[in-house]
Amino acid sequence: MKVLVAVKRVIDANVKVRVKADGTGVETQNVKMSMNPFCEIATEEAVRLKEAGKVTEIVAVSLGNAQCAETIRTALAMGADRGVHVQTDVELQPLAVAKLLKAVIDKEQPGLVIVGKQAIDDDSNQTGQMLSALLGWPQATFASKLVLNDNSTATVTREVDGGLETVEVKTPFVMTTDLRLNEPRYASLPNIMKAKKKPIDALTPEQLGVDPTPRLKTLKVTEPPKRSAGIKVKSVAELVDKLKNEAKVI
Amino acid sequence: MSILVLAEHDNASLKSATLHAVTAAQKIGGDIHILVAGAGAQGAADAAAKVAGVAKVLLADDAIYGHALAENVAKLIVSLAPSYSHILSAATVNGKNILPRASALLDVQQISEISEVNSPDTFTRPTYAGNALTTVQSADKIKVITVRATAFDAVAETGGSAAVEKIASAGDAGLSKFLGQEVQKTERPELTSARIVVSGGRGMQSGDNFKMLEEVADKLGAAVGASRAAVDAGFVPNDYQVGQTGKIVAPDLYVAVGISGAIQHLAGMKDSKVIVAINKDEDAPIFQVADYGLVADLFQAVPELAKELSK
Ligand SMILES: Cc1cc2nc3c(=O)[nH]c(=O)nc-3n(C[C@H](O)[C@H](O)[C@H](O)COP(=O)(O)OP(=O)(O)OC[C@H]3O[C@@H](n4cnc5c(N)ncnc54)[C@H](O)[C@@H]3O)c2cc1C
Ligand SMILES: Nc1ncnc2c1ncn2[C@@H]1O[C@H](COP(=O)(O)O)[C@@H](O)[C@H]1O
Repeated sequence: MKVLVAVKRVIDANVKVRVKADGTGVETQNVKMSMNPFCEIATEEAVRLKEAGKVTEIVAVSLGNAQCAETIRTALAMGADRGVHVQTDVELQPLAVAKLLKAVIDKEQPGLVIVGKQAIDDDSNQTGQMLSALLGWPQATFASKLVLNDNSTATVTREVDGGLETVEVKTPFVMTTDLRLNEPRYASLPNIMKAKKKPIDALTPEQLGVDPTPRLKTLKVTEPPKRSAGIKVKSVAELVDKLKNEAKVI
Repeated sequence: MSILVLAEHDNASLKSATLHAVTAAQKIGGDIHILVAGAGAQGAADAAAKVAGVAKVLLADDAIYGHALAENVAKLIVSLAPSYSHILSAATVNGKNILPRASALLDVQQISEISEVNSPDTFTRPTYAGNALTTVQSADKIKVITVRATAFDAVAETGGSAAVEKIASAGDAGLSKFLGQEVQKTERPELTSARIVVSGGRGMQSGDNFKMLEEVADKLGAAVGASRAAVDAGFVPNDYQVGQTGKIVAPDLYVAVGISGAIQHLAGMKDSKVIVAINKDEDAPIFQVADYGLVADLFQAVPELAKELSK
């Protein structure tokens, strides 16, 4: 079975994001970029399935500007076999991403697609659900455990509001990863070298027949109101007193 | 304009998240209908009918809606969509699972986790773990929206008297099956609607040590939460996680114990009214958002706090 993983390039999770003074977006100049952490988890899961002999090929797809190729290289260094880069400088919103991924999937015919549950930049949490809708496939979102069964089904444990839920889905399906699915590996130096030789196909939205024009117009981006630090109390007794008599919350 | 709000419920009763989504719907303006998709969900529908400001309740009662499978509920929503200008849900796990699927089927770009309604087509939402507030305008014919419950007050649970209209099931998509669940039984209030939340982080060192926090929580009538590090380490179950990629809470009082205050954690709790931090590191970033900070070893401070609260 072939697996396709979608990997997004985002501002690194450890960067303190700053809003631009002109209110058009956030600072991206000289800011460290990385693979979205949930996409690392997606890639790791695919690589583990391949190591377990359940999967024959892993295709890593990223959509966006020229630098997204670096994110694909990271996935290749983790163990993906080849890359597909859908190149565009247009701002991509989840519906467009889902349509573009669908077009790639129509060609590639994978048995499983793994995406992150959420991109930590737009915090949309939509793409996997939208993609499975467009494909007419089942969706297994917020996954913390995946078992591929022999009868063209999979059993997926999902992180839900009250705890955990288990569903059975037919293959092919789309899975979105939650934090506890696995702990992604760091690529080793030899694997990083090997990844340089793995192929990446470049495509455009036009070639895929998809119009990626954003549906939502961003009117402004602002900084949220700042919370200021309060006071330090010296003892538990003082804390309880303040909560009772000053803040009046207990 | 008519607005459809997908109910969050457990068949017997309505979850409070729905009440916050109804407030967002009121800010948009129009007739508000609540959709209850469930199995044996008359109780939830009756509760929805009493909610203030609701014009009608649609009840789709069928075994296939018993576990809110996205493939089935999205199909139902799509069949109802032509009558509505807006389709809303609270940004619960169910809402996040179902609405984007319906949205794609309607060829609509969903707007996730809005924190403000600016006009019927313009909304503000937090992005980058709450480091930015992005205001977007939608040109789509139908607006599909999930609502951050903590950003909107709840409407009154009673006062309304809407009619409950039974609607036909849209049929089983036949793509997925619910097998089972592991739900934590607790007498404590729900994390996202509790008035007080006491959370522990990696500093707690073990799941056993969370008992100390639970004791404090029970004295305060509080829910217990956690940082990702505490969940990853297996101290507490996944549904305790507060943060960018966990639950968003905004209680009257949030007590962070042994939590450093990473941006991803702050994203889930910084709108709390009063924040207390107990941490042995006086430079921990959590103190930058805390109203009351106590620099102390939690293994001394927490038992002392339990004792002080019993006085
Ligand atoms: C994609 C992504 C998503 C994430 N989502 C979330 C999320 O939703 N929620 C979340 O919380 N995190 C999230 N994180 C993780 C986040 O970045 C931090 O790693 C995490 O919040 C740290 O948890 P912590 O504060 O418990 O642990 P630490 O950062 O290790 O802090 C432990 C604190 O305990 C204190 N301490 C230790 N011992 C004691 C003692 N005896 N007495 C008093 N204090 C003590 C220490 O001084 C320290 O400040 C996410 C990260 C990524 C990359
Ligand atoms: N531009 C992109 N390139 C590749 N994958 C993407 C892109 N945008 C979103 N995705 C995938 O969709 C997931 C969820 O993103 P979102 O719906 O934007 O929160 C990500 O973790 C990726 O797996």
